[in-house]
Amino acid sequence: MDDLIRFLDMGGYDRFIWPAYGMTILAMIALAAGSLCALRRRRRELTALQNIPSQTGRDRP
Amino acid sequence: MTTIPPARHPRALRVTALTAPWIGALAVLLIGAGLYTALFASPPDYRQGDSVRMMYVHVPSAWIGMAAYCLIAVMSALFLLRKSSLASLTAEAAALPGAVFTFLCLATGSLWGKPMWGVWWSWDARLTSMLILLFLYIGYMALINAFDDRERGERAGAILALAGAVNIPIIKFSVDWWRTLHQPSSLIRSSGIAIDPAMLRPLLLMVTGFTAFFAALLLLRLHTAILAATIREARLTADERD
Repeated sequence: MDDLIRFLDMGGYDRFIWPAYGMTILAMIALAAGSLCALRRRRRELTALQNIPSQTGRDRP
Repeated sequence: MTTIPPARHPRALRVTALTAPWIGALAVLLIGAGLYTALFASPPDYRQGDSVRMMYVHVPSAWIGMAAYCLIAVMSALFLLRKSSLASLTAEAAALPGAVFTFLCLATGSLWGKPMWGVWWSWDARLTSMLILLFLYIGYMALINAFDDRERGERAGAILALAGAVNIPIIKFSVDWWRTLHQPSSLIRSSGIAIDPAMLRPLLLMVTGFTAFFAALLLLRLHTAILAATIREARLTADERD
C-alpha cells in the first residue's frame, strides 16, 4: 500500500505527471477512435451511393 | 443503379488497408512497454527527481509534431510540382494528428515547466516557434477546406505548408542559437549520447511507439481520404449527368 502511495505521489510531482500522461493517452485514443469513425462513415456513404437508383436514363430499359 | 467511377488510387487503398492494423498493433505493444518502463522501470533524475518522467511523453510528442509537418511539406511540394493527388491526400491525412501532437508537446511542456522553471509559459525561442507550428497546422487545415473548388484550397494549403517549413529548423536549432529557458537536446549532443541507458530505454520505446502510432493513423486516415475523394468524384459525375 505504501508503495502504491509513493508511486502515485511521483516524488511530489503527481499533479504535473499524471495530467500529462492522462491527456496524452486520452488524445491518442480520441484520434484513433475519431479516425475509425470517419472511415466507417465514408464506407457507409460509398455503399449508399452505389445503391441509389440512377436518375439518368442509362439503367432504364 | 448509379455507376460509381472506379475507386481512386486502388493500390494505395489496398496497401493502407493491409498495413494499418499491423502497425497499429505494433504501436500498442511498444507504447505499453514504453509506459511500463517510463513509470515503473526507470530511475528518477538526480536533479529533476520524478518530474523527468515527463520527458517520455513530451519528447515523442515534439518529434511527431515536427516529423508530421516535414511530411506535409514534402507532400505539398510533390503536389505542387507533380500534381500528385495522392501526395495532397497524404498531407491532409497527416495534418490533424500532427496538430494534436504539437498541442500535446506544448501542454506537457507547460506541465513540466511549472515545477522546473517556475512558469507555465515563457516567450522564449523554442516555445514560441513550437506555438507557431501549431498555428501553421491550424492555418493549413482551415485553408484546404476554405474553398468551394477543392483543388484551389489544396494548392493554397500546400503553399502555406511549404512557406511554413522554414519554422522547422528554427525550432530544432532555437536552443543553440538563442539563450532559452529550454534545455538543449538531451538525446544527442556533439559529445555523443547524453543520456543514461536506463532513461534511454523508455525514451526510445516511446519514440518508436509514437512513430508507429502516427504511421498507423496516417495510413488509416489516408485510406479514408481516398474514399472521400472517390465519393466527391462520384457526386460530381452524377451532377454532370443529371
